Parts: sequence; C-alpha cells; structure tokens
Amino acid sequence: MSLTTYVEAIRQGIWEEMEKDDRVFVLGEDVGIYGGAFKVTAGMLERFGEWRVIDTPISESGIVGAAIGAALMGMRPVAEMQFADFISCAFDQITNFAAKCRYRWGAGVPIVVRGPSGGGVHGGPFHSQNPEMYFVHTPGLKVVCPSTAYDAKGLIKSAIRDPDPVIYFEHKFLYRRVKEDLPSDDFVVPIGKAAIRRNGSDISVITYGAMVYIALDAAKELEKEGIDLEVLDLRSLLPFDKEAVLESVKKTNKVILLHEDTQIGGFAGELAAIISEEAFEYLDGPIRRITAPNTPVPYSPPLEEFFLPKISDVVRVARELYAY
Amino acid sequence: MKSNTLTRDAAPVSLPPEKTVLDMLYYMKLTRELESRIERKLYRQGKIVGGVYVGRGQEAIAVGSCIDTRPDDIVCPSHRDMGAYLIRGMSLRTILAQYMARKTGATRGKDGNMHMGDLSKGLIAFVSMLGDNVPVATGIGLSFKMRGQDRAALCFFGDGATSRGDWHEGINMASVFKVPVVFICNNNQYAYSTPLERQMAVENVADRAEAYGMPGEIVDGNDILAVWDAATRAIRRARSGGGPTLIECKTFRMTGHSAHDDAGYVPPELFEFWEERDPISRFERFLTQRGFIDKSGIGELQQRINHEIDEAIQIAEKDPFPEPEDCLKDVYFESPTEQ
Repeated sequence: MSLTTYVEAIRQGIWEEMEKDDRVFVLGEDVGIYGGAFKVTAGMLERFGEWRVIDTPISESGIVGAAIGAALMGMRPVAEMQFADFISCAFDQITNFAAKCRYRWGAGVPIVVRGPSGGGVHGGPFHSQNPEMYFVHTPGLKVVCPSTAYDAKGLIKSAIRDPDPVIYFEHKFLYRRVKEDLPSDDFVVPIGKAAIRRNGSDISVITYGAMVYIALDAAKELEKEGIDLEVLDLRSLLPFDKEAVLESVKKTNKVILLHEDTQIGGFAGELAAIISEEAFEYLDGPIRRITAPNTPVPYSPPLEEFFLPKISDVVRVARELYAY
Repeated sequence: MKSNTLTRDAAPVSLPPEKTVLDMLYYMKLTRELESRIERKLYRQGKIVGGVYVGRGQEAIAVGSCIDTRPDDIVCPSHRDMGAYLIRGMSLRTILAQYMARKTGATRGKDGNMHMGDLSKGLIAFVSMLGDNVPVATGIGLSFKMRGQDRAALCFFGDGATSRGDWHEGINMASVFKVPVVFICNNNQYAYSTPLERQMAVENVADRAEAYGMPGEIVDGNDILAVWDAATRAIRRARSGGGPTLIECKTFRMTGHSAHDDAGYVPPELFEFWEERDPISRFERFLTQRGFIDKSGIGELQQRINHEIDEAIQIAEKDPFPEPEDCLKDVYFESPTEQ
C-alpha cells in the first residue's frame, strides 16, 4: 500500500485530467520549469510541454484574465496563484469578469483558480491568509477547501470538469502532513457535498480545511471525558451542503462552528444564521464560534500560535457547551 | 503624430474592394443613426433606463478595424464601439432590446447598454472595469496559439483604460507570448472629465508599446481608410505568427462621457476642430469625389438605415421585459444546492 500526500493528490488530479482532456492546461508563476513553489505541478512541463504548462510573468490579474479568455474559447485552464494571498491581485477578474459572464450573457467560464492558503508555517501576513470569504460572497463562483488527499484529488477533478469558475483553496499546512491510500479509479468528489469525519451524538463541530484535524484531535481528547463530538467537514463553501449541516445539528442539538479564517464575516456567521433560521427549535445551547481573531495573520511563532484556533480551544468550548 | 496636426483629408494609403468601401459607409452611418436614436430619442423619452454611452465621432475606429475580420475571429469591444457589434452580426432589434432592458436583449435584461456579448458572433461582453478585456483578449489569443489556429482577436479600449494595471499586465503577457491579438485604442482624449495629460505623461498611447516590446502605431482615427489599413496589416501580422500590435487611433469624443454629461469641461474650440474632421462626412466627401457613390446614393442609404432602425425600434418596444424571477436564473450552469 502506498500513501499519497495531499500535494501529490492535487498533482495527480490535474495530471489525469490533462491526460484525458487536451483542453486542460495550467498557467501561473513558476509552474513550469520549477514545478510550482510547492511542487504541485512538478513534472508536468516535461510531460505536457510549454504550451500546456505555462510559466507566466508575475501578473495575477493577467493570469486569471488569460484563463478567462482561453476558457471562453473552450479551453479548461487551471490557474495557479503562487500563494492564495496573491489572489487579491486578481480579485477583479475573478469577481467581475469570470463570476458574471454566465449571468450576463450566458457564457460559461470554466476556469479553476487554485492556490495554497492557510497558516501554521510561519509565512506571515502575506503567505498565510484564508481569503475564501471574498469569493464565497460572489454569486457565480464556486469555492472549495479540501482537507484530505482523497478530497484534494476528487475536488480538483470536479473543479476542472465544472462548467463554472471554481476557486480551489488548498491548505499548505496539509500538503505533506496528510496522506492516505487512494483508490486507483477515476473518482471525483462532488462540489457542494460535506463529509462526516466522525460520527458523534453530543456536539456538532462544523468546519473545513486544516481545522478538520483540530476538531478530530479535540474529539479524541473529549472522548475520554465521555463527550462525543461529531465532526462535519464542509469540503465546499459555495455551494455548501446545507442539508448535512442541518441534519447534524438536528441530531446533536449543539453546535460549534470552527474555522481558521477570521471571525467577522467568516463562514461561521453565515452558518449560524442558517442554523438559527432553519433549526432553531432543535438547539439546546448557543451556537458557538471558534475562529481566528480579527487580525492579520502574524509571523512570530507565539503570535501565530495565538492566532490559529487550537485543540484546547475546541476542548474548552465543547466542555462549556456540553455542560450548558 | 499630434492630434492637432491631423489633416482633414489625408490621402488613402490603400483602398479596400468597392464592396468593403460601401459597407464601411453603411456601418458608420448605421452606428451614428442608431446611437443618435438611443441617446437623443429613446433615452430622453425615458425608454432607456440607466446609462447611455455613445461613440459619436469615433465610428471609423470600430468599423474600420472590424470590417475585414473573419467569422471565426474574436472581437472584444469597449463601450464606444457599436460598429463592432453591428459588423459581427448582432441585430438592431437585439441591441435596442438590450438598451430597453427587454428579455430579448443580448443579456436578457441582466445587463445594460454596451455590455453585450455573443460567442456565436465572436463578441466578448465588455465589463465596466476598464482594461479588464485586455488580459482576457490575451488569453483568447493564447488559446489560438496553443491550438495552432490562424484566428485573430481584436481588443478595444479607450485612452483612460491604459492607466489601469490590467491593461499593462495584459499587454505585457500578450507580447511575452506573442499572441495573435490586435489592441486598438480609441484615444478620444477624455476619460469622463479627465483630459489626456492627467491620464499619462507620455505623448501617445502608442509610445507605451515600446516598453513591452510590441509595435505601436498611431493612426488618424477619424480616417476610416487609415484605420482599416493599420488594422488589416496588424491582423495579417497576428495570423502569421508575428504577435500583437498596439494601434492608437487619435479621435475625439463628440459627446459627454454619457447621456447625462454635457461635457461642459471640454473647450468648445476642440469640438469645432474635430467637427470639421467628422469621420462620416469626411468619408462621404472622399467617396463622392472618387465616384463610389453620389449625393442621392448617400441619401438613399440614410433612408434605408432610418427604415431599418424604425422597424427594429417598433419590434423591440413591443418585446417583453424579463420576468422578475428571472433574477435568480443563470448564475450557474446548474443550480447549486443552495444559493
């Protein structure tokens, strides 16, 4: 049995789609000869050549704009943002051009914009951000945040095949830390479907990305005290699996919303609103949020550690909520 | 070439076939009449809500550069390039219905005025963030190059758009990848109320090309034959693998920025100067002198155009508005689980 890392899973997903469909190509900064800053596209240049693995100037807006143009001509571009933080430079092309083409004039823009997000690697304010909510707030886009190697591969394939623009945030902390045995068939993970990572009866922890592991580790610890957490991994934020969220809340009656993104305007707020609108009668306690504080992502280890939600945060909040 | 040195009747560099020459006149006049009806009649009658932006005085640019495009070429117009839509085959009724926010408009009421696109006609819809279509055109050209197609893309923008970062990123990438794209600037010397010297410190938009290793050419944008000649050469160059070209068409915006702007900030003598260089009357003079058409022929052409537009307005005015619930449609190819 050979284990596939999260980063290798993304590469495999793109690679297999490129083998199967000659409309698929990648473009971005240092994706070709260097194989990408995190080696997601390593080996692709040799296999597919310089017109399908395109090293570009440092021009995020240009990269996404070019991807849009190629997509309108029937191609299936996969644009890499070297760090997800840099997607801010391409914000306009994504939110105004790509996201609105279908709505305005019926032209689909099947692009994937992918990049490494998240902290935990001492990257500082510009190499650690979680920019998902800028895009979750943009109708016309899809946003996915895989947490496992299986999902990383299955979701990148779904994203490439999707007829609409998909923003694919891969968590850089997970690149080489999570691995699993992947099936050899051509599997996909549908966009918009959550996964229960741990069945539990007392409290639902609804989360995504690297925080899935914080929730699972907290669940292990709480198990010793007889507190049974359910961990629901959203996998996709736009669209998100509302049924799975409500089903879990209706089962456990208590809910913790956990994410690495900052609190104000974070996805937890949206989930809290939906839960209170549609499952209020099922709640036996307040909806609790565990998120990063409302600050930039700091660099120094003690600061970054303070910033990121921790196992102990989940344990503490779960105990409080359990006792409520 | 400074704008104020433009001659009123430059000798043509070369001449397209007679059919093309007469088509040029038709499309310029059609553009003028259509936009006049939109701005001066339908808008004032309250039949058009929102903004109206016309290209009066700039008709030669879109018409001259698009007239020889092939059906499989792609055109990315900007907001003063009505001629591009007409030449590429968008119907008057579709355009008028678009302006009047009808369901039969190019965006089915989802967007207004010049924001029209139709892939089947090779037209990419413009967005209001100026210069955004430049990287997009670069990507279109990139796809042609990747697939070994001899197609070309034309990308239009104004002088103001060349101040935006997207413009520079797109132009640079286009040149780096030598894509078959012709970038065409309507330099009408005003970006809303801001004159050119507040927009850039170089003399010409075309001067910017050199910094990107791209040929830049300046033409008299009110001389349709000069525009046609430069565009035709640039398109030929693009198709044959020679890479992109930046063509700066010197012209003047003979209106305000939009229908609600009286352009009080423009010195009146500028309007007078450019009125004498009106691209349509100038071309008519040339054509009558050369015997392509006579005065009565021009009159008949105008009658035909009036009639075509009258007919299209009548139809478009009777066209239905979208259903309110259409608001929810077409955000995605398939509805997501939840919105």
